[in-house]
Amino acid sequence: MAFARDPMTEFWQILIDGFAISSLYALGATGFALIFGVSGVLNLSHGALMVTAVVAAWAAGDSLHVGPYTGAAIGVAVGFAASLVTYFLVVNPLQRTRKIREEEKEIFILTATLLWGIMIQQLIAYFYTDNAKTVAPIVQGVVAIAGVRTPTNEIFTAIVCWLVIAVLWLLVNRTRAGKAVLAASMNPRGITLLGVELSRVYIAVWAIYGVLVGIAGVLLGMFLGISSYSAGPLTASAFAIVVLGGLGSVPGALIAAYVVGYLETITAYLISPAYRTIPALLLLVAFMYVRPRGLLGRR
Amino acid sequence: MYKLEKRGAPMLAAGVAAVALAMLLPGAPAAAQSASPIKIGVIAEATSVAGSSIPQAAQLAADEINAAGGVNGRKIQIISYDDHSSAAEAVRAFQRAATEDHVNAVIASYISEVVLALEPWTGRLKTVMVTPGAASDVITQNIAKNYDHLKYTFHGYLTSTSLADQVCDAAKDLLVKELHMKTAVVMSEDAAWTTPLDAEYLKCLPKVGLKVLDHIRFSPDTTDFTPIFNKIEGEKADVMITGISHVGTQPTVQWKQQEVPIPMLGISSQATNSTFWNDTNGATEGVLYQAVSGPGVAVTPKTLPFVAAFQKRFGNLPSYCGYTAYDEVYYIADAIKRAGSTDPDKLVAALEKTDWVGTIGRIQFKGRDTANPHALKIGGSTIPGLMLQWQDGKQVNVWPPKLANGTLKFPKFIKVGAAN
Repeated sequence: MAFARDPMTEFWQILIDGFAISSLYALGATGFALIFGVSGVLNLSHGALMVTAVVAAWAAGDSLHVGPYTGAAIGVAVGFAASLVTYFLVVNPLQRTRKIREEEKEIFILTATLLWGIMIQQLIAYFYTDNAKTVAPIVQGVVAIAGVRTPTNEIFTAIVCWLVIAVLWLLVNRTRAGKAVLAASMNPRGITLLGVELSRVYIAVWAIYGVLVGIAGVLLGMFLGISSYSAGPLTASAFAIVVLGGLGSVPGALIAAYVVGYLETITAYLISPAYRTIPALLLLVAFMYVRPRGLLGRR
Repeated sequence: MYKLEKRGAPMLAAGVAAVALAMLLPGAPAAAQSASPIKIGVIAEATSVAGSSIPQAAQLAADEINAAGGVNGRKIQIISYDDHSSAAEAVRAFQRAATEDHVNAVIASYISEVVLALEPWTGRLKTVMVTPGAASDVITQNIAKNYDHLKYTFHGYLTSTSLADQVCDAAKDLLVKELHMKTAVVMSEDAAWTTPLDAEYLKCLPKVGLKVLDHIRFSPDTTDFTPIFNKIEGEKADVMITGISHVGTQPTVQWKQQEVPIPMLGISSQATNSTFWNDTNGATEGVLYQAVSGPGVAVTPKTLPFVAAFQKRFGNLPSYCGYTAYDEVYYIADAIKRAGSTDPDKLVAALEKTDWVGTIGRIQFKGRDTANPHALKIGGSTIPGLMLQWQDGKQVNVWPPKLANGTLKFPKFIKVGAAN
């Protein structure tokens, strides 16, 4: 029953679908890993920020009647803005306060971002209902790849994800600001000794993260569609990927995104869509026993 | 002070009315009570597309009744509670409605799980409840098993079995007779309401000439439907018969995006809402869904005036449970009028004799001696049921022929008739 069509088509189908979804996971998790790597913040409002971008893009199309390009741009811009608001309103005040002991700050920030995410989620549910929203796709139609009818949008999604990741790589490795970010992730105290203001690095990272979250959200909104309810599961999947890849390691997150994406796709096709997320979670638990620092974790 | 004065006038008027009534009627204490409003509690999923119409439509009906003089001189007051789609919150709201706010009846929820959780409380607190949108047959099966305790529950919407039967009737005319289809796959979300729905689908589809090739139940939190569509396509089915309510946008958008060449027909609750076109960016083009009402379809003379009034006031068209909630306020008021009392047992007896022409048809409940007491009678002269299709941003009714205002039309990627 598993192979409803011939096995070869099924194989290509899994390969293509898995690639698209994995690329999206990679993009989403990259930002999450970057924030943790540089500032040690586990941003549990991640999913809610993605949902914000999607709902903004959808609402722009729905009430302002803008085209798909403008809608997508508005979605990314709102994701970017929401990320900076999160930093300045939630994260930064906790990082600076003297009322909380340094060693307790991580858990305070973690809790604060979690609550912030829930607040965003509830606000969206209140104003825009908890039904799923989709962003008007920029490209439509289907093409046949190795006999598999593939939505052009799926190819577009994968290409954009990799372009953005490539740009990010260039930014981090080829520019001065990027190198500062990289250095901050390795040794935050060292970089302050070199005269780089750490708070500026943080702002830069949250700005980059905002763009990544916006793009990942809008692409997901075009590809599958998401509701305010998705905020929690999206955070959980980014978290799982980042832990699997090694906390704070961007290359680790990229590899883990593909492992999780393909594991899910294979499960959905060969076993049942109902069990989609289970094997990836089992893998995560197994890793915790065997290799708790993840695939490429430094610590 | 200003507020007091504003409130003072109707209070004074009510007082005068009460005194006047007290002098006219024998039984003074009862008459004094008559001036107080009839309270109807509305427990709904106010943040979901379908549920948000429930309190709005109920308020609209109450305002209309009040403008026309109320019920036996008493105004109707709607008290709304948001259950956030949670059975636990709905139960708390129900307890508060019955014990603190002293409502005379409750209109509750479109989610079967929520209504099933409330049902025992209708007996415990002796409070009449009518659901505008839940479908599970178990609601009324429970009444059959324990009538004396659960007789306070009324099913103001179609049971899942009735829904499946209407889908099969429509499929026979539209798909088998017109398009000569032969095979189907049943695709439903895993929920309380789809268990009896699917059971009836599997029974009635072969009877109307559609062989069921597969029966797929998926989790309501499924996000990627590609594997499901792929499987159905691989099985070479002519049509997908749907049972979806908690999900809607995502399978519809992905169906269009992947250009799955198989039409969808069945229950798709979210598609009944006028916002569904925008929610899916038009991907719903060609989707066929069962409903008890639709824009521009004059099921009864009351349907279109209701839709117009709702749209004027709230800016959008009502969802399916908006129609039923509106009717429910009217027939609860009618039952109170006929009973001459808000006593729960007398109200139940009066509601059982309901014969009310509402927006979705003629409302009559099945009797105590049936398998589904307090379920709506369907078909024929009662509730005809419709099959609508999204076409160019509009919901067009294509079945039954005497109420149709359009004919079947599919997007290009759908291959109908190709299977012959």
